[in-house]
Amino acid sequence: MSAAANGWETVIGLEIHAQLATHSKIFSASATAYGAPPNAQASLVDLGYPGTLPVLNREAVRMAVKFGLAIGASVAPRSVFARKNYFYPDLPKGYQISQYELPVVARGEVGILLEDGTRKTVGVTRAHLEEDAGKSLHEGLGRMSGIDLNRAGTPLLEIVSEPDLRSAREAVAYMKKIHTLVRYLEICDGNMQEGSFRCDANVSVRRAGVTKLGTRCEIKNLNSFRFVERAINHEVQRQVDLIEGGGKVVQETRLYDPDRDETRPMRSKEEANDYRYFPDPDLLPLEIDADFVADVRAGLPELPDAKATRFAREHGLSDYDAGVLTASRELAAYYEAVAAGAGEPKLAANWVMGELSGFLNRDVLEIGASPVGAAALAGMLKRIVDGTISGKLAKDVFEAMWSEGKDADAVIAERGLRQITDTGAIETAIRDVMAANPGHLADYRAGKDKLFGFFVGQVMKATAGKANPAQVNELLRKLLAGP
Amino acid sequence: MNLHRETAAEIGRGLAARRYSSVEVTRHFLARIERANPALNAFVTVTAERALADAKRADARLARGEGGPLTGVPVAHKDIFCTTGILTSCGSRMLANFVAPYDATVVERLDAAGMVLLGKTNMDEFAMGSSNETSFYGPVKNPWDTACVPGGSSGGSAAAVASRIAPVATGTDTGGSIRQPGALTGLTGFKPTYGRVSRYGMIAFASSLDQAGVLAQSAEDAALVLGAMAGHDARDSTSVAAPVPDYAAGLGKPVKGLKIGIIREFFGAGLEAETGAAVRAAIEAFRGEGATVEELSLPNLPLSVPTYYVVAPAECSSNLSRFDGVRFGHRCKDPRDLLDLYRRSRGEGFGAEVKRRIMTGTYVLSAGYYDAYYLKAQKVRSLINDDFRRAFAKVDVLMGPTAPTPAFAIGAKTDDPILMYLNDIYTIGANLAGLPAVSVPCGLAGGLPVGLQVIGPHFAEERLLAVAHAWQRATDWHRRMPEGYA
Amino acid sequence: MTLTRRDVENIAHLARLEITEAELPVYVGSLSAILAFVEQLSAAPTADVVPMAHPLEGQNQPLRDDCVTESDRHEAYQANAPAVEAALYLVPKVIE
Repeated sequence: MSAAANGWETVIGLEIHAQLATHSKIFSASATAYGAPPNAQASLVDLGYPGTLPVLNREAVRMAVKFGLAIGASVAPRSVFARKNYFYPDLPKGYQISQYELPVVARGEVGILLEDGTRKTVGVTRAHLEEDAGKSLHEGLGRMSGIDLNRAGTPLLEIVSEPDLRSAREAVAYMKKIHTLVRYLEICDGNMQEGSFRCDANVSVRRAGVTKLGTRCEIKNLNSFRFVERAINHEVQRQVDLIEGGGKVVQETRLYDPDRDETRPMRSKEEANDYRYFPDPDLLPLEIDADFVADVRAGLPELPDAKATRFAREHGLSDYDAGVLTASRELAAYYEAVAAGAGEPKLAANWVMGELSGFLNRDVLEIGASPVGAAALAGMLKRIVDGTISGKLAKDVFEAMWSEGKDADAVIAERGLRQITDTGAIETAIRDVMAANPGHLADYRAGKDKLFGFFVGQVMKATAGKANPAQVNELLRKLLAGP
Repeated sequence: MNLHRETAAEIGRGLAARRYSSVEVTRHFLARIERANPALNAFVTVTAERALADAKRADARLARGEGGPLTGVPVAHKDIFCTTGILTSCGSRMLANFVAPYDATVVERLDAAGMVLLGKTNMDEFAMGSSNETSFYGPVKNPWDTACVPGGSSGGSAAAVASRIAPVATGTDTGGSIRQPGALTGLTGFKPTYGRVSRYGMIAFASSLDQAGVLAQSAEDAALVLGAMAGHDARDSTSVAAPVPDYAAGLGKPVKGLKIGIIREFFGAGLEAETGAAVRAAIEAFRGEGATVEELSLPNLPLSVPTYYVVAPAECSSNLSRFDGVRFGHRCKDPRDLLDLYRRSRGEGFGAEVKRRIMTGTYVLSAGYYDAYYLKAQKVRSLINDDFRRAFAKVDVLMGPTAPTPAFAIGAKTDDPILMYLNDIYTIGANLAGLPAVSVPCGLAGGLPVGLQVIGPHFAEERLLAVAHAWQRATDWHRRMPEGYA
Repeated sequence: MTLTRRDVENIAHLARLEITEAELPVYVGSLSAILAFVEQLSAAPTADVVPMAHPLEGQNQPLRDDCVTESDRHEAYQANAPAVEAALYLVPKVIE
């Protein structure tokens, strides 16, 4: 990172808004399902009709508490909803019901694992409940915008990190960790395309060694991991260039434009907003007692960190591999089933992280939609373990299983892919190759050891790849050595 | 026919005994409204067709023997309560085109009790006022003297019941808006404990202060209507789950041995002489009936009005932000851009007093001022609440004047907002503490009604109604009617 | 507390209220008077006092079951709307 190279330090804090996966909205009984026709899911309460009042959804509270427990945070026994006042067409009441001084979840932390193996603990300052705003549509309405309030009132959990992140990479790792966590907890579907998981980044720079924080800018509209990384890198460079050029960073809100790969100031946020927060008089203080918390705690699943630690310990996987395999509950469950079924965790890990992930990415599928189920993959791995097929041929078998939906044994039988382990047959193949390549044989015996690979290749070709490689090696060495 | 000389309870009994039908009763009141409303301007909307339909339904229920004490009895609703399919203006140009798509809980419940909807009554705009002079629909006149105000903000409801063009009406009380007009028009104005009645469907002014209540001819009428309105509503998070007692059954409780506290701070300067005398005489009469009277000091009470004029504007500045010309209500013509849409729709839709309070509220919540104003006011509110709590440890009820003067002339105080605000000097404290309170007629000053205010601890509605009822058994101030309306 | 014209213009902007040139001095006067009136509060002894946000102590927020009970009523609700097209509420365009 050029900034760091020039003696600059980057300071990043992320604000993540996770849409909670409740059936109904946080303060009204409207549906939260994505994709409904405009304003079909906007009740009188959601529309801010005069005389309407908010009533709090218990499940939203449970989900917030789940998150708090998962990050080791204390859950506030008493928290308060506050009104954040500002005017915008997608905000029907002219205020957003949020939490200000007393959020439901207080300080916690999250561990992240970077690609180079470094571990870091990132502080989470707080997490609070609030309602989402509606959406504006700008196409096809002339000089007007159209407001759809279906999304208005959907519960959000706003998760605020401490400014502990020091690079775009760290920020992405943290964002991914939170993404994994909320899906593990089943409190958010993490669908960034649909806007269920949104991230704003607060970015500032300072000279290395300086403790005072630089002026920060907030970057909004970051709805993919890639955009977060690019946007932060761009913004850091922009700020460094600005300061090095004699200028000053102005505190402002900026929008990331993925098409141009740049950030630019947001027009509607040009003026600093005075939100005039005050406790919402229509809602009473939210009191959460020990029983409520205990009940939520009892329903927590095994969390990703614990699961990864267990995989590393019980299956002998590296921390990194364990981290990759626990990125989602579904993937972890798949992997465990394959490992158990095949009896070979490391082999299972390689295949799940390698071939399987490759095919899932190629076909843009989630693990749940994999045409090769865990049992089927385990079955195939067993055939590698028992020597029926070689590891190399297994890739062809897997491809056939993926595209034809058959199990391993069926593919092996149909295509006659059983490994050749009969010593006699291998010897015959070797002698045939030796006879067909007298020149190379002579050169090898004269000392050209590198030709060994040539002979291996020829034997594999002659046996259509089915000869057991270990046996080929052993027998070839014996036979090439001389009569 | 002199049905208008009967109280709502009496009409209910008459209907049950089939002395007359609800349709007859309703026609009687509709005719009175038609004659009197042009001069009083008490009603914004008269719902004649709906009223007759309600009355027919009520008669059918009564014929089947399925009626209750309020079945077939007409009622008028303050135009702050949403009524489906009917204009709900809140006294404002902002909602002059607003046909509500739903019923307020209060409306639903009185409907379920079989009451007949006569119409929607005029009020100070968005409930902000003490004289009903800020309404978009023009001022309401006091039937006792049409050159005078009826009080506010529930002025239309008060004028309607005082002139007996409706037997009973609903109101709302945020700083005295039921009790003060009740006092100025000779009615029993009852504000229950905060949370006793659902605020769902009641257009919000100041959410932590607003409460629905009744403008009635008597404690008995108030008891019946309150009993039908009150109770928990899951749609209002601030509504209380406590069960609703049978208020009517509790009316006869004796008041012997009642411990009355009079608030020293309420009898200082500012209290008009004849008003003060009538109130003192009433309190003395209670002593004569065996009550004990003790003077108490509630030293923070004089700060009620400034406290209120920080808290209420703060809350209303936020509550009224939803009026932006986008989804309902007034929208300016040809908005140039979004900012223009907001500024002009709101600038045109709201009157001066509403704008004043929105701006006051915006200021006291703004950065740098929140602690000094809003937070400070909420702390003083605690002090006032504590004063009341200490008082109720010693006495059963507190008594004093409801308003500092009888009804004043229309236009007399409109140039000076603070002068107008001081009309609520005795009533605001109960709103800040969420306490139930009632104003009952106790005399005349210069020929105009004077109200005695009785304040009780939280959920002491039964006690207050019993005290009011006892007073009304011994006196007949509540039966007096303004000239020309009897 | 005397407010300036600028103060009132700022407040009016925050509250999205159009105040005409003629009205401005009137509001400066009345708002200043109101603020001067509430100034009395500053003398009250509130050192350790907890602010009272709700009149009823000891009450806490009730929780609602996570059930969908609302249905599509947009036609009825939009009958009141000043400007609607294709079921969307129309406002002058805001370009981001």
